[in-house]
Amino acid sequence: MSTETLTIGKALNLGLRKAMEDDAKVLLMGEDIGKLGGVFRITDGLQKDFGDDRVVDTPLAEAGILGTAVGLAMRGYRPVCEIQFDGFVFPAYNQIVTQVAKIHARSKGRLPMPIVIRIPFGGGIGAVEHHSESPEAYFAHTAGLKVVAVSTPSDAYWGIQQAITHPDPIVFLEPKRRYWEKGQVDVDGTPDPLFASRVVRGGEDVTVLAYGPMVKTALQAAQAAAEEGRSLEVIDLRTVSPLDLAPVFDSVRRTGRCVVVHEAPVTLGLGSEIAARVTEECFHSLEAPVLRVGGYDTPYPPSKLEEEYLPDLDRVLDAVDRSLGF
Amino acid sequence: MSTLSQTTEVVDPVPGAGAPHLPGQPDLVQLLTPEGERVEHPDYSLDVSDEELRQLYRDLALVRRWDVEATALQRQGELGIWASLLGQEAAQVGAGRALGEDDMAFRTYREHGVAWTRGVDPLHVMSLFRGVDQGGWDPVATRFNLYTVVIGAQTLHATGYAMGLQRDSAESATLAFLGDGATSQGEVNEAMIWAATFSAPVVFFCQNNQYAISVPIERQSRVPLYQRAAGFGFPGVRVDGNDVLAVLAVTRAALAAAREGQGPTFIEAFTYRMGAHTTSDDPTRYRLASELEEWKLRDPIARLKAHLSRSGIADAGFFASVDAEGDELAARIRRGTLEMADPAGTEIFDHVYAEQTPELARQREEFVAYHASFEGGHQ
Repeated sequence: MSTETLTIGKALNLGLRKAMEDDAKVLLMGEDIGKLGGVFRITDGLQKDFGDDRVVDTPLAEAGILGTAVGLAMRGYRPVCEIQFDGFVFPAYNQIVTQVAKIHARSKGRLPMPIVIRIPFGGGIGAVEHHSESPEAYFAHTAGLKVVAVSTPSDAYWGIQQAITHPDPIVFLEPKRRYWEKGQVDVDGTPDPLFASRVVRGGEDVTVLAYGPMVKTALQAAQAAAEEGRSLEVIDLRTVSPLDLAPVFDSVRRTGRCVVVHEAPVTLGLGSEIAARVTEECFHSLEAPVLRVGGYDTPYPPSKLEEEYLPDLDRVLDAVDRSLGF
Repeated sequence: MSTLSQTTEVVDPVPGAGAPHLPGQPDLVQLLTPEGERVEHPDYSLDVSDEELRQLYRDLALVRRWDVEATALQRQGELGIWASLLGQEAAQVGAGRALGEDDMAFRTYREHGVAWTRGVDPLHVMSLFRGVDQGGWDPVATRFNLYTVVIGAQTLHATGYAMGLQRDSAESATLAFLGDGATSQGEVNEAMIWAATFSAPVVFFCQNNQYAISVPIERQSRVPLYQRAAGFGFPGVRVDGNDVLAVLAVTRAALAAAREGQGPTFIEAFTYRMGAHTTSDDPTRYRLASELEEWKLRDPIARLKAHLSRSGIADAGFFASVDAEGDELAARIRRGTLEMADPAGTEIFDHVYAEQTPELARQREEFVAYHASFEGGHQ
């Protein structure tokens, strides 16, 4: 047994190292990922060990990172692109949406695009504009992409390796404010499938759904609710596209109530899609409408206001109260 | 001299703006004059056999015949749209024939002439414009990528592919096609920065056909396009894009340099789009007939024909046989286009992912069931 206690950041680092050892075609590309090891140090030490042909410090041009990754993928490589912060993915948005996502379909499968786009996402770190965003819905809305959002060190370690070996392009969202949180990782274990949600706390009264950084918030809310005698079932979605909702439907059929939590603005966010699907599948079991807890439909605010903007334990419990009040 | 006047000095003599004066341009590589006279250039020579010259003529003529037929088919409602290459045959055939077998070409939506040189079946191009698929050829086997319609995006793909070639120690290069309008795209500029920074074996082949749909070149650039390369740190060369021999020589040299590790080159093939942007366009709204007449005098096929005739390399029988071959090709293209089966509706679901998602599989089943619900079915 080699179970180690790792932070999410270190787990990603070890997962990337393992993927590079396993397959010489794996390349890392991004801004400041070489000598510096990335602004969050996720690639720390990798350029030293694998060389600058495999850990490529790129020019400061996100479209260039993704566009050249397409060409490298066509040549048989598996590029893992780091976008330094969520808000900087938009210069690359054209390449991701018009090329990376569509080339497999355009070529009738002759040109696979095994590209991983790593993005530290979400707020809560007191940053300036464009450093705290949650862009997952843009990518989940795009056919041809898959979108994963990990929440634990174990999923970070295994998930990044699974994403790299997967044949389709994956937007891999890393919960940046949780990079330093620790957990157990069994590096010899068998990982859960990448595109599968997971019940992380059993309960009977309300089903609470979250992914990425909000899983911890949902678990904290469940703990607080338990002290008041309310039993919340928390499901870590883990994958945003494709959604794995079978465990969600099972849960909602038991609880009759569902609250979805994410940092992204609520309008047309993942919660909207999940609410629609839960309603379609669990209509006769629902005791209350599916409620969404998320960011407001505003630009991400200055950091002095981000605690008001982001869902927290109290806002989750408020939604739980409203659900139970129906 | 003030900075302002220095700037003005650069701006003023933009060659090619408005009505260009091709033969007088000192910086234009030319091996065959518009009158069909073979000339020498100090930097670029071309050893080409008589048979190769006849083959180049055949390529040019057949590609034009294909293009004429495709335009007619669109007018008859058999294609959704067609992007004509009329006038750009020499630029495309010259560049295409410069490619080595292992080189990889990245195209836009107008390079039917390059498709021809890569051995792509014209019907695999026609299927795209008929709306049957997104291009039916195998981009891996033909080493000719599928269409990239978002302007300039393919230049980054070509650069990335070239970085892959470097890592594989492959002795081949990539050829990235783009137009004059594309040079204004950020991604094209990023591609040139990357190519330069990594010394990637990529050649940027820009067909300056003077117009981005309706917008003339002076709205894209204050300097001749080939001069931009200097700012990125690699050679730029302007070639007469209506001179197939010069294009062949210049592109061969650039690809050879790339394969030898000398990094990228930017080629500006100075040419003219004699037709419309596409069959949906009306160029009479934005350019003068006299301009077109002037460019007809520089026709890429007429000049090679004049050279072949005058030098005795080809006779009337040869030209007649190429014409006949062109008519056969056109008939095959017409027949094949009309016989093309419509795709099955379920195809839209089948290649979105390498690994199908449960949701998409469900939508596919729903689609099939929906169509089966009609009497006789819609499939």
